[in-house]
Amino acid sequence: MCLGIPGQVTELLDDGSQHAWADVSGARRRVNVALLEDEDLKVGDWVLIHVGFALAKLDEQEAAETLQLLEGMAKAYTDELEAMASSSTSAPGQS
Amino acid sequence: MRYVDEFRDRDKAVALAVRIAELCTPGRHYKIMEICGGHTHTIYKHGLEHHLPPTVELVHGPGCPVCVIPMGRVDDAISIARTPGVTMACFGDMLRVPGSQGSFLDAKASGADVRVVYSPLDALQLAVDEPGRQVVFMAIGFETTAPSTALTLLRAKALGVPNFSVFCNHVTIIPPLRAILDAADVELDGFIGPGHVSAVIGCRPYEPIAREYAKPVAVAGFEPLDVLQAVYLVVRQLAEGRAEVENQYSRVVTWDGNPRAVEVIAATMEPRPHFEWRGLGSIPWSALSLRPEFATFDAEKRFDVPGVRVADPRACQCGEVLRGRIRPWECRVFGTACTPEKPIGTCMVSSEGACAAYYNFGRVNLKRSPAKART
Amino acid sequence: MTGPFVTGGPGPQGPEKGRKKRPFGHTVINLAHGSGGKATHSLVESVFLDAFANPILAPLNDGAVVSVAGRPVAFTTDSFVVSPIFFPGGCLGDLAVNGTVNDLAACGAQPLALSAGFVIEEGFAVADLERVVGAMAAAANAAGVPIVTGDTKVVERGKGDGCYVNTSGIGLVDERAVSISGAAARPGDRVIVSGPIGDHGTAVMLARGTLGITADIVSDTAALNGLVNVLLEAAGAAVHVLRDATRGGVATVLNEVAAASRVAVVLEETALPVRPEVVGVCELLGLDPLYVACEGRMVVVVAPEAVEAALGAMRAHPLGTGSVIIGEVVPEPAGLVLQNTGFGGARVVDMLVGDPLPRIC
Repeated sequence: MCLGIPGQVTELLDDGSQHAWADVSGARRRVNVALLEDEDLKVGDWVLIHVGFALAKLDEQEAAETLQLLEGMAKAYTDELEAMASSSTSAPGQS
Repeated sequence: MRYVDEFRDRDKAVALAVRIAELCTPGRHYKIMEICGGHTHTIYKHGLEHHLPPTVELVHGPGCPVCVIPMGRVDDAISIARTPGVTMACFGDMLRVPGSQGSFLDAKASGADVRVVYSPLDALQLAVDEPGRQVVFMAIGFETTAPSTALTLLRAKALGVPNFSVFCNHVTIIPPLRAILDAADVELDGFIGPGHVSAVIGCRPYEPIAREYAKPVAVAGFEPLDVLQAVYLVVRQLAEGRAEVENQYSRVVTWDGNPRAVEVIAATMEPRPHFEWRGLGSIPWSALSLRPEFATFDAEKRFDVPGVRVADPRACQCGEVLRGRIRPWECRVFGTACTPEKPIGTCMVSSEGACAAYYNFGRVNLKRSPAKART
Repeated sequence: MTGPFVTGGPGPQGPEKGRKKRPFGHTVINLAHGSGGKATHSLVESVFLDAFANPILAPLNDGAVVSVAGRPVAFTTDSFVVSPIFFPGGCLGDLAVNGTVNDLAACGAQPLALSAGFVIEEGFAVADLERVVGAMAAAANAAGVPIVTGDTKVVERGKGDGCYVNTSGIGLVDERAVSISGAAARPGDRVIVSGPIGDHGTAVMLARGTLGITADIVSDTAALNGLVNVLLEAAGAAVHVLRDATRGGVATVLNEVAAASRVAVVLEETALPVRPEVVGVCELLGLDPLYVACEGRMVVVVAPEAVEAALGAMRAHPLGTGSVIIGEVVPEPAGLVLQNTGFGGARVVDMLVGDPLPRIC
């Protein structure tokens, strides 16, 4: 139920079949995009592929925000580590 | 791979792990159920638990659509496969699932025409290409996969393909969740929600669960950072005394899901009054069957299926694993009578079954391994 | 929060003296028995090993070493079954020659002579047979080995899937390689693979056409005797194990080595060489490249003091330019293969029961 992979739309077929070609790291497959007919799909968009069907269009903005949030947490953590390290070196006598 | 590799970044994991540990109340043990078998797979494949404090336990749930199929239903499918003239098309996941008289692979070895397909549309194409064969598609999966079967049925109807039918075993996610919570024999603190089911149904269906049972739910993607961030969200909710639904997988999941996908399911399938779940017993309105308008494509009508209820082997504790009552290694036959090579139950066969995941990926206490520290 | 510690994998063990015969438990053969994984091992141990029992067979290496007038001669056989017969990067003929040359190379032997046996289905096109045979001739030429004897049988239509080929080969074991064996890995050894993994299996899977996926992937089929020669020149007896990773992939051969040598192998996920297209196909289908077949990749287990020399020599050879260290040998948990994941955790890399199958879950 869960194996869904992001792929990039490389070609929209206008033969009425509601299919597109999608690329996953160089592997290409015809994907049914009928479930995204309200999404105004374009070449270059990313979709989630499951058993040969596109279930959702990837929201690149949301992806960027999620990553930013995680990066922020990572940075805050390394900053803390650095602060702890420098405070212990700058305070002689303290362990 | 874009949208995949970034969510496997170890450095971000370390920071998340620290925050999770900080949010944990000392002395409290947390049990968070990850409902979806795909999450089980991710957790073990990437060694995610390495980043969790020992007080946070991820409990596996019933979200493995292969694991929850009872033996009797597998027998029904195999009996269809053995019918002369039938080509049974199924996903690779089904091939080695044990029925009471063997698996699809065993049936194939004895002469049944069983073929693995990647997509239900490939099964339909088989029927078009081989008009002399009765092609039956074994449909499994939660709401993630049901839209694909639905679109295939719509296409079969539009083309008027006479030799194609579907043996429908689609199940839905909310009823078993309620069944587990109502059974109350596992103390759960919160849930990691199934990201791809939610891509279809959205986040709204979990709101009553969070509200009525006061359990936080974080809908998660399938890369290890997604799952870890979802754990963080659940633990944070618990620390803040909230019980809400949060969407970690916002790059794919919207609050309302995919309305078109929900539409096509409703156009082709309807809920069954009852369906037997391995280990969970009969759950009302928890599975789908084909609507009357698609009766000609219903394998259950086209073929005589035994429909016998087969009890699980006495030794099998799959049900308890699926409910989260026990961990795989606590099953009395784990690794001895029940192995991937000779599985007794579905949890050991399915690629996302908790037992298979644990056996194949995690059965060694790796902290005690003398392997050199990674550079 | 993982479960109890398991000492030693429940996977196939190296053969032990006085081991009781394990009941096979199947009344018919199924496809999993041909995959190279646990089911195959179970079949070999339960049916073949017991019936043929002898000390030369017992180690179950890629080839057997028999003593001929006091010299160690490697002797191996392989049968080739592939669908489709022609695929990007080669055909049945290439596999038939390269596979046996590589099994001999894995014994540290240069190929002296090959045999070729054909089982051909009635109705098979002569033009296709000529293509296969032409490929065999070219591959044998490239490997520097003559095909000196053979046999042909024809079976009725419907009983032969086109064409099956068996090749057997003999070669003199290089004196620097006499100790090479699956049981010779030692803690501290490094594990090298000679190039990107999973190319062949993926190419053939896509060539069947049933998955609807296309990608620029070609089979990696190649004769590796030249590569092994330069390796032995550079590292000599420091090379402990040679295995060509075929069906079942790198994971399967390393599990066999871990069991036979009673050691553990620890892999680094970030070090595994996999082409992006192979990654794409595997992600789409839910496959792990570690289990996907290669046909031109050598897995080398070498003592740490010689690893730089070994790597240098392999990388200088045209068939080894992609050689990388992918892991090391440690004492415990004996019999298991582990992987340090890129995410910072660790996982077991067990042997599969049967073929890796596309999954939806």
